[in-house]
Amino acid sequence: MVNITLLPWVILFSPLLAAFFIALFFLRSPKIAGILSTASVLISFAASAALFGFYLKNPSLLPVETAYAWISIPGLSIPFGFLIDRLSLLMLLIVTGVGSCIFLYSIGYMRGDQSFPRYFASLSLFAFSMLGIVLAHNFLMLFVFWELVAVSSYLLIGFWFEKPSAADAGNKAFIINRVGDFGFVIGIFMVWMLSGLGGAERTFLFSELATRIPDLAHQNLVTPAILTVAAFLVFCGVVGKSAQFPLYIWLPDAMEGPTPVSALIHAATMVAAGVYLLARTFFLIHDLPNVLETIAVIGVITAGMAALLAVVQNDIKKILAYSTISQLGYMVMAVGLGSSTIGMYHLTTHAFFKALLFLGAGAMIHSLHTQNIWEMGSLLKRMPVTAATFLIGTLALCGIYPFSGFFSKDEILALAYEENRVIYFAALLTAGLTAFYMTRAVWIAILGPDRKTHGHDHHAVHDAEPIMKWPLIVLAFFSVTAGFMGIPAFIMGGHGEHPHFNMAVAITSTGVALAGIALGTLLYARVKNRQDPLERFFGKAYDVLVKKYYLDEAFLALANFFQKLIAQILFIFDSKVIIDRGANGAAQLTAGLGSFIRYAQTGKLQTTALVFSFGLVALVAFMFLRGF
Amino acid sequence: MPFGLTSWILLTPALGGCLLLFVPKNRPDTLKAIAVLSVTVSLFLAALTFFNYDKVAGGYQFVDRVEWVKSLGIFYHVGLDGISSVLVLMTAILAFAGVMVSCSVTRDLKEYLIFYLFLIVGCFGVLVSLNIFFMYFFYETAVVPVFPLIGVWGSGNKEYATMKLTLYLTLGALLALIALLGLYFVTGLQTFELPLIEAAVTAQPLPIEFQMWAFPLIMVGFGVILTLWPFHTWSPMGYAAAPTSVSMLHAGVLKKLGAFAIIKLGIGLMPQGAAYWMPYVAWIAVINIVYCGLIAFSQKDLKFILGYSSCSHMGFILLGLACLTPTALNGAVFFMFSHGLMAALGFALVGFIYDQTHTRLLEDWGGFGKKVPLVGTLFVMTALASAGVPGFGNFIGEIMILLGAWDRHRVPAILAVTGLIITAGYMLKTVRGAFQGPLKTKGNMLKDATGAGRLPYLLLIAILLLVGLLPSLLLPSISAGTKPILERLASSGI
Repeated sequence: MVNITLLPWVILFSPLLAAFFIALFFLRSPKIAGILSTASVLISFAASAALFGFYLKNPSLLPVETAYAWISIPGLSIPFGFLIDRLSLLMLLIVTGVGSCIFLYSIGYMRGDQSFPRYFASLSLFAFSMLGIVLAHNFLMLFVFWELVAVSSYLLIGFWFEKPSAADAGNKAFIINRVGDFGFVIGIFMVWMLSGLGGAERTFLFSELATRIPDLAHQNLVTPAILTVAAFLVFCGVVGKSAQFPLYIWLPDAMEGPTPVSALIHAATMVAAGVYLLARTFFLIHDLPNVLETIAVIGVITAGMAALLAVVQNDIKKILAYSTISQLGYMVMAVGLGSSTIGMYHLTTHAFFKALLFLGAGAMIHSLHTQNIWEMGSLLKRMPVTAATFLIGTLALCGIYPFSGFFSKDEILALAYEENRVIYFAALLTAGLTAFYMTRAVWIAILGPDRKTHGHDHHAVHDAEPIMKWPLIVLAFFSVTAGFMGIPAFIMGGHGEHPHFNMAVAITSTGVALAGIALGTLLYARVKNRQDPLERFFGKAYDVLVKKYYLDEAFLALANFFQKLIAQILFIFDSKVIIDRGANGAAQLTAGLGSFIRYAQTGKLQTTALVFSFGLVALVAFMFLRGF
Repeated sequence: MPFGLTSWILLTPALGGCLLLFVPKNRPDTLKAIAVLSVTVSLFLAALTFFNYDKVAGGYQFVDRVEWVKSLGIFYHVGLDGISSVLVLMTAILAFAGVMVSCSVTRDLKEYLIFYLFLIVGCFGVLVSLNIFFMYFFYETAVVPVFPLIGVWGSGNKEYATMKLTLYLTLGALLALIALLGLYFVTGLQTFELPLIEAAVTAQPLPIEFQMWAFPLIMVGFGVILTLWPFHTWSPMGYAAAPTSVSMLHAGVLKKLGAFAIIKLGIGLMPQGAAYWMPYVAWIAVINIVYCGLIAFSQKDLKFILGYSSCSHMGFILLGLACLTPTALNGAVFFMFSHGLMAALGFALVGFIYDQTHTRLLEDWGGFGKKVPLVGTLFVMTALASAGVPGFGNFIGEIMILLGAWDRHRVPAILAVTGLIITAGYMLKTVRGAFQGPLKTKGNMLKDATGAGRLPYLLLIAILLLVGLLPSLLLPSISAGTKPILERLASSGI
């Protein structure tokens, strides 16, 4: 039997070692890089499975926490350690399991790229960082890995950096996430400060905070307002990372990265890290109804806004990107409605079917050399496995029984039905929209006729090679069956609230989804040309959607305000006022004071020096006055 | 033994410099070999002292003391405490990297290396001197060789830049000198011996009136070299004009000498003065971070971007000093170490490309990443380190400074966090402009670093990563060094 405390180390560091060795030695050996990287994540997966299996047999041992000194000086202690509980066990399996599929798939997808080893080095770095978030047992360590996933995301979005749009997208993703992290880091500081109010030494440990923070409120050591501020600040990090309104604008641009990256980072795992964080720090928001409600509202707004945008996209990856934002909105909403379990449940099923959809889209892009759905078509014949698995993913996303998405989405809707009817109806409408935009995509890209004008490469189009095909099949299997695996029961550990199931809600939501599918079929099943019928119906409103509510423009204007206008004004102030006006102005004054100074005024520099010393004298004089 | 390890750290570059005087100009390989050898030896010695410094015992170790002018209390007295052992190590690393980079100088290499080695001696001297007279002497020694180095070997508006830089720093030093002379008399000990003064201050704090006027003189006087706003304008201009290896050492080490002097002579000897004045400094620190950071956005010359960036980062050090809390002070020293490596690497990489393209304008660069993958990758890493990404030492320093500032100066601390967004913004913008996108014609002939030329860069990035991942390599030494200072603060009720 392997030493069980060793397993988290293996899980976490095997991808890092792969990244390290590739970066140092194998940047010119694609074969070794691919094998090393994929093997490392498979090792992580095996270790995660072993860990999972062990604790499934010995659930009474959970949660397990191990800590090692990292920063330890008088007055500050930041340990490095792992927290193994049901939450992290589940997440470990998702990240390494879905990750393994995507690493394998990447070997086929990225073959022939001249920076193949760099791709795998970055992807391994990502796996390490993501697993770090999952295993972190304290806030600061989580933040460290939180930043590292942002870096690996930056590196992978801008993987083809010679392409301006890709390079810009990487920057946008990083900066927008930093804006969210601004709040997050201050939130962490606040929580850290609050942890010491009871008299004990301050701490970053989740296990300690989970008991101390609720106690603070009970003992009236702190007003709810302070806790609310702290909770919102932490939530800022979620808004950035999990692409919630209004910071979601980086995620569609992130589709510039290679498609497997979009599947792993920008659909299945990293963007879900925000939801994981909410589940991990649920103790922060648990007793604050205002915070919960706001979170739920932001979630549902995100879900609805993004679903509307998905309707007008013509790029298959953009459709899936907005769909991801929308589904992340569902997860955040579920947490806001009071159940992190259900949020995590939807995270899990979504990881399977959205990774599947992205990889399927990747296979189409790989074969057809286009991302435009209007240039695809008749794929059921040409790429049967890809098309069939894509349809499975679509049905799961639409929430059709018995696919996994049905179960998790239904629990969210049932929860919303109990907690907040307005949110319930908005979420229901979004579910209909989801079914509609996916049906649209499926009819145009897969079931409809081949609309590509130059159809000469007709024969070249076929299903992908086995290394790309098998991951699709595995993910399709889980997209179908994940609903029957008892995931919510596992998260709650057999006790706690009964899973929400409401037959009326289930029937309604299925009806709405079917209506969406029917409407989509009605509109798009018979479209022969490349004209979207919706465009004619909606005119102006359609334009607003195409322009993405002008939110990108607003952010751009804000960014330019600071980085162009304010920066330029400050620079002019710096060079004209502090250097010229300050120096020269005072120089004229001194020139009037006495002619003897003219000796020294041979040039601008002496003037500066002189003014400088006068300035200092003035300063000293001021200090004397101030000090006595 | 009169000359122990500490003295030899100081003496090897000086001996190397003297030896170079006797080597003919037309033997560049011999010149380079001697220069590299001398800094290699001092790097080795610095590492030796760093690892052998007894962190439990603390205090001054590896002490050498020779009487010089006994009546005035002036001794040749050198030694290391926890802070200086860390900073000497950083200086030795940068000196090594800087000399390696200097070897690519073509014009008057001999003179360049001599000046450069004496600049290094000055830097070491300030850090190891335990006599304030010598500390000041070495400070001037460090400031003066920069004048010809920029004036002769620089580029662009170099005469103006070097005059401005030298005058600012010298006048700043004069200001500090007033306070130091005051210190000499006010202690009543008639001595410049730092350990004696420190012992006296521990037993009996200096008169409060003295602290009130002397502390700001130290703070501003040495703050000039730390680019305390608004005395920062010499810096971007000076660095833009300076040859690569001078920018490296100046941004990396010389700025930190100001911070070191403020810690040892300002905070360490005048805790009450510091407590009174530091709240103002905390706000100036925020101005440094935000104002200089935003200006970096508007710069078109890469060295100006790095120059303003460095002024912005000094805000974090200023904030760390302003807190007078253990976490922030230790964090500030940690940040000094990390920033030194990071800043030097940034200037070195820009210089490497400038030597080939002869332009530093961001608009002339573009798509270089494909041409120089190693240098490009290193620059991306520098940019990320600069933006406070975990894994690099800068993050540890920044997070400690911010945590330490949280209780003392909460609003400045929160405002300082915007620095993390701002830095990420202009550094990624620079990476985007210089290394990404389609290749511009200026980069057609660009060649990547190869062979021994990679050594300085790899050394800097490796150590930056190492301390970022394992901060405990530095922290025990740093906290041993700050302990007596913090105790004096605590006993003054701060």
